[in-house]
Amino acid sequence: MKLCIRNGRIIDPSQDLDAIRDLFIEDEKVVAIGDAPVGFVADEDVDATGLWVLPGLVDLGVSLREPGYSQKGSIASETRAAASGGVTTVVCSPDTSPIVDTPAVAALIQDKALAAGQANVFPLGALTQGLSGKALSNMVALTDAGCVALSNQRHAMDSTKVLSRALEYAATHDLLVVFHSDEKSLSDGGCAHEGVISMTHGLAGIPDIAETVALARDLILVERTGVKAHFARLSSAKSIEMITQARLSGMDVTADIALHNLLLTDQVLSEFNGQYHVLPPLRSEEDRLALLEGISNGVITAICSDHQPHEKMAKIAPFSATEPGMANIEVLLPLAMKLVHGGELDLKTLLTCLTVGPANSFGIDAGSLSVGNFADFCLFDSGLSWLWTQGNKKTKGHNSPYLGDEIVGKVQATYLSGKKVY
Amino acid sequence: MTQSEPRALQLNEKGQLKHFLSLEGLDKTILTEILDLAESFLNMGEQSVKKVPLLRGKTVVNLFFENSTRTRTTFELAAKRLSADVINLNIETSATSKGESLLDTLQNLEAMQSDMFVVRHGDSGAAHFIAEHCTPNVAIINAGDGRHAHPTQAMLDMLTIRRHKGGFEGLKVAIVGDILHSRVARSQIHALTTLGVEEIRLVGPKTLVPNYFSETGAVICHELQAGLQDVDVIVMLRLQKERMHGALLPSESEFYRLYGLTMESMSWAKPDVVVMHPGPINRGVEISSEVADGEHSVILNQVTNGIAVRMAVMSMAMSGQVQSQESERSMASDTMVGEKV
Repeated sequence: MKLCIRNGRIIDPSQDLDAIRDLFIEDEKVVAIGDAPVGFVADEDVDATGLWVLPGLVDLGVSLREPGYSQKGSIASETRAAASGGVTTVVCSPDTSPIVDTPAVAALIQDKALAAGQANVFPLGALTQGLSGKALSNMVALTDAGCVALSNQRHAMDSTKVLSRALEYAATHDLLVVFHSDEKSLSDGGCAHEGVISMTHGLAGIPDIAETVALARDLILVERTGVKAHFARLSSAKSIEMITQARLSGMDVTADIALHNLLLTDQVLSEFNGQYHVLPPLRSEEDRLALLEGISNGVITAICSDHQPHEKMAKIAPFSATEPGMANIEVLLPLAMKLVHGGELDLKTLLTCLTVGPANSFGIDAGSLSVGNFADFCLFDSGLSWLWTQGNKKTKGHNSPYLGDEIVGKVQATYLSGKKVY
Repeated sequence: MTQSEPRALQLNEKGQLKHFLSLEGLDKTILTEILDLAESFLNMGEQSVKKVPLLRGKTVVNLFFENSTRTRTTFELAAKRLSADVINLNIETSATSKGESLLDTLQNLEAMQSDMFVVRHGDSGAAHFIAEHCTPNVAIINAGDGRHAHPTQAMLDMLTIRRHKGGFEGLKVAIVGDILHSRVARSQIHALTTLGVEEIRLVGPKTLVPNYFSETGAVICHELQAGLQDVDVIVMLRLQKERMHGALLPSESEFYRLYGLTMESMSWAKPDVVVMHPGPINRGVEISSEVADGEHSVILNQVTNGIAVRMAVMSMAMSGQVQSQESERSMASDTMVGEKV
């Protein structure tokens, strides 16, 4: 199968390319950009005039909800949502039921993803058995079964001793550990950023020190054990400062930020709308600006959707009783483009953080349209306005404050290994 | 912003109350109207026939997801004096499926064609949630939601202040104690600010009076003497015993030593200071018996005023609710006429 995508604006930060070019694909891979290889006769010609041709997006924070939570989503439904949003590579969380702490569950997820055929799915394995924070999981077996990294997510470790040993063990085998730094005793019971809004509205607060106290401990342990580390979903200004310092001191740590923490602040909570209930919480404008600064100056190289679909009832409750999370993967790119339209990030930086940035931080071979790479890409109409509604959404989740909004920019087609999946 | 503002949620198109959820977003005119109407009901309590027919034929459901005797009783009395039929429901919340059971309960009560829910709930924002998810024809009165708001309590405190001080201008008001957990204090800050007092002071240790509150315009004082100096009104808040378990305070006795209101500490305030407390009082924890029962205390007046204020709020919300239904009906009939043409 030979495919030619003609006359699109190819923007690929991995090769510093932003130009109107033709893209040539053969046998699932990119074979040329610009001039056709000698003797290339396309079986299919796609006219991409006026469209952007982007490497498929790489999303490090996705809950597929399967196995175990079919009321919220399934591998088929959520990878379908991913494909419709131009996301071709998904790192999914281990907090399924059963938890991804055995090779069987990791294999099940990948088998189902393969059958669905919508996106490349890389599971995270649990760092401890049952995410209980007590006993180490079979990390090597999990990695052999396809887990791309290990994480205990926001589940607390039983003790710093267990954490330290888990990191030592992971370091022994050169495994990547993903941290969601959170000091449980400071965040427990909270549902909103501790600040003026939470105080005046009587919402139990989660102070930024819940993140930074844990981050300080985690960084010290990473330095001591030498484990490969990625810090997920940073939300506070101080955290960016700490990651910056760590990198300056020579530590090779990476980090990502959820898109909603870049778009929104705790100001939106004044009406108790549970759709804005997320963890870590939406923080202050000062924090939001510091997160953007961390991206602009290259300290943070990944933005993710932190896609967490929920059934309708999960959000029909008073604010603190709603389940945290938003389900935005299918509008990840147009929502992220708000940051470019608003002059808060430049296009190249944003696209880096959605493609090659996250791929590199996890060592995944994706997010690039260089010759020889798998042809995972999407065609994006950056100017098209459309309504995102309960009727046309692809995710099974009902939870996004953006549902019902006019969205500017739409993914028109997504290709996985040269095959059109959306 | 796709969500309705709190102001829009509790007001009808004419700007009248149709729910009473929070004092945030209510202007001085509405707060004064509540106080004036309450004042007129106050005199009624002294008459032999204590009823007016303003809510005759209406069904009021007291929906209490948190225990309360005092607040529930005064709401019940207020509704009965307005000639409403009253049902009291105490509902234990199930920790596992709070949201679902709450919505199910509401839908059942809606089906019984109630006209007004008086709601107390442990979650901040619960009254807003109920107002948004109920049929538009049920008026919601917030009788306390989590740490967020207790607007009728704040308004009865305003009535008490106005009756004793004649107004709000130039007043200095100190609120002392556990501001962090207090929905009463939060509502009082809104009311006092809107009604135009000169200064609000929040008094207590940093664990109970976080600095974030200075954003409200209030002055934060960590020492009682600085907090009480020359004030016209002292509001003492109840100190919940469970606060000691959360490591917010060392002990009741240390709190009393530093922040307890005694005859001595009261002498720092103006000579004609009035002392208020939303009750129930912990004698010897936040206030001495001598002060609670003394000549400056207006604590029992607050209770009397509470019934009048609740009557005022209930009748205003019901009237705003009826008017908004009528205008919807007339709009609907206009549309039908239009369709025929």
